[in-house]
Amino acid sequence: MAMEMRLPVARKPLSERLGRDTKKHLVVPGDTITTDTGFMRGHGTYMGEEKLIASVAGSVERVNKLICVKALKTRYIGEVGDIVVGRITEVQQKRWKVETNSRLDSVLLLSSMNLPGGELRRRSAEDELAMRGFLQEGDLISAEVQAVFSDGAVSLHTRSLKYGKLGQGVLVQVSPSLVKRQKTHFHDLPCGASVILGNNGFIWIYPTPEHKEEEAGGFIANLEVISRLRNCIISLVTQRMMLYDTSILYCYEASLPHQIKDILKPEIMEEIVMETRQRLLEQEG
Amino acid sequence: MAGLELLSDQGYRVDGRRAGELRKIQARMGVFAQADGSAYIEQGNTKALAVVYGPHEASGRAGWGIVWPWELRGSRAERWLGDLRGNGRRASVYTADAQHRISLGVNIRGSRARALPDRALVNCQYSSATFSTGERKRRPHGDRKSCEMGLQLRQTFEAAILTQLHPRSQIDIYVQVLQADGGTYAACVNAATLAVLDAGIPMRDFVCACSAGFVDGTALADLSHVEEAAGGPQLALALLPASGQIALLEMDARLHEDHLERVLEAAAQAARDVHTLLDRVVRQHVREASILLGD
Repeated sequence: MAMEMRLPVARKPLSERLGRDTKKHLVVPGDTITTDTGFMRGHGTYMGEEKLIASVAGSVERVNKLICVKALKTRYIGEVGDIVVGRITEVQQKRWKVETNSRLDSVLLLSSMNLPGGELRRRSAEDELAMRGFLQEGDLISAEVQAVFSDGAVSLHTRSLKYGKLGQGVLVQVSPSLVKRQKTHFHDLPCGASVILGNNGFIWIYPTPEHKEEEAGGFIANLEVISRLRNCIISLVTQRMMLYDTSILYCYEASLPHQIKDILKPEIMEEIVMETRQRLLEQEG
Repeated sequence: MAGLELLSDQGYRVDGRRAGELRKIQARMGVFAQADGSAYIEQGNTKALAVVYGPHEASGRAGWGIVWPWELRGSRAERWLGDLRGNGRRASVYTADAQHRISLGVNIRGSRARALPDRALVNCQYSSATFSTGERKRRPHGDRKSCEMGLQLRQTFEAAILTQLHPRSQIDIYVQVLQADGGTYAACVNAATLAVLDAGIPMRDFVCACSAGFVDGTALADLSHVEEAAGGPQLALALLPASGQIALLEMDARLHEDHLERVLEAAAQAARDVHTLLDRVVRQHVREASILLGD
């Protein structure tokens, strides 16, 4: 039986190896951003003693007269039209409470859900009692943000055939700031798996259904592809790369020479992500 | 210990430091990938780990929110979970692993009565590992000292975090002391500050803490365990450096009021020195993340 031993060693931070510096104005809480009172204050700042002071650690963004500080990592902040993947935490009277990695649990109203059979009718008392039959605590769903309440809580809807309860697959939780905004968040990768990039940082990897009409049953056949994809996503996230279909695909291809379990080792992770970075740069430039 | 000089004639302490000198501080942010924010700090031989979850839906978490990996002894964790389930409260157990670390947490969803309508609830738990002191501790958390520390941490952070921005939500701060060599409150506060910053929760300013004592007419900053055990007066101060406001000041010993100002000033100066160091750590972390993310 082969055993592997690893020794801890101080590694150079990746940013040094990239050899570039940032031009952004970086602040930490307590820093004065400006003493000019003509600016409007946005997120991440507060007014104290005639000065605009930062309240989070991040980079300052200025749009005309609005100054805000964008933190490195925050919880998901809902915007109308976002696709999210969430987990049901509670079944309440006429709605479900969904955990979406945000400040407050999101809400999925019974009236925002498609009834089986696709009927459009008023939800009755029987529907309320049958709620647990549709979605239980612990189920995963994909949905779209319908509205945002004043306190920041988000209201979801699944009024389309592409949203709904998710079946067999793997969930990866990342920071929402690392998911790139695109036109579509449902991707079918050529390697045989599909991926849903939720704006809230929940990424769902599942096997591409062979035929759309066929009933999805049984167990996942191509587990290896899915585990490899999952490890690739984790390595991209550790190296703080934006997640979108191209970057995930390039990372997957760069990881093929390695074994799946080796991808999570720090030095191999760096190597794979460096290669992905280079390929993306070549593609753009 | 007979003949132990806390302060020698030349002005050196037991470990060779000067009166106002701090111990070596090393800190790192973002040590746990699965938590919203995390940090690790070493102040001399005192080592503390802080983990922050939040802001999230106020869920009425009970006092023991987290079981740290080294506390996991299969039968004990199972017995504990059995107790919770037997009480009729729903308990969900989640495990997550990133970078080969495993963390087990117990989330107890109870009544929503604890949620505050206009601001966020700050919930702190202090726990010290059984191997953290010279003699093995039997109860890592739940005893009186841990509860008191948790309460003090909560007061400190309620003063610093801008809770008005997150109504009806809850911020959990869990601090674990891995090695206690004096100044545990200060190390916990410093670690928790870094963890809260890592989580992106808006704060008024850093919260920097340090302990101070008084020996032979001189105020000493950053006490080690030997100096604390000697029995002199000890003061713990948590400061918001930019404005100079005090978040928490704690002392449970007798000190003549003439000396108070000097000791307070020594603690404040030490806290400002800690701020310089933590500031550097945070800036470095932010800069590195910013470079990796690209423009």
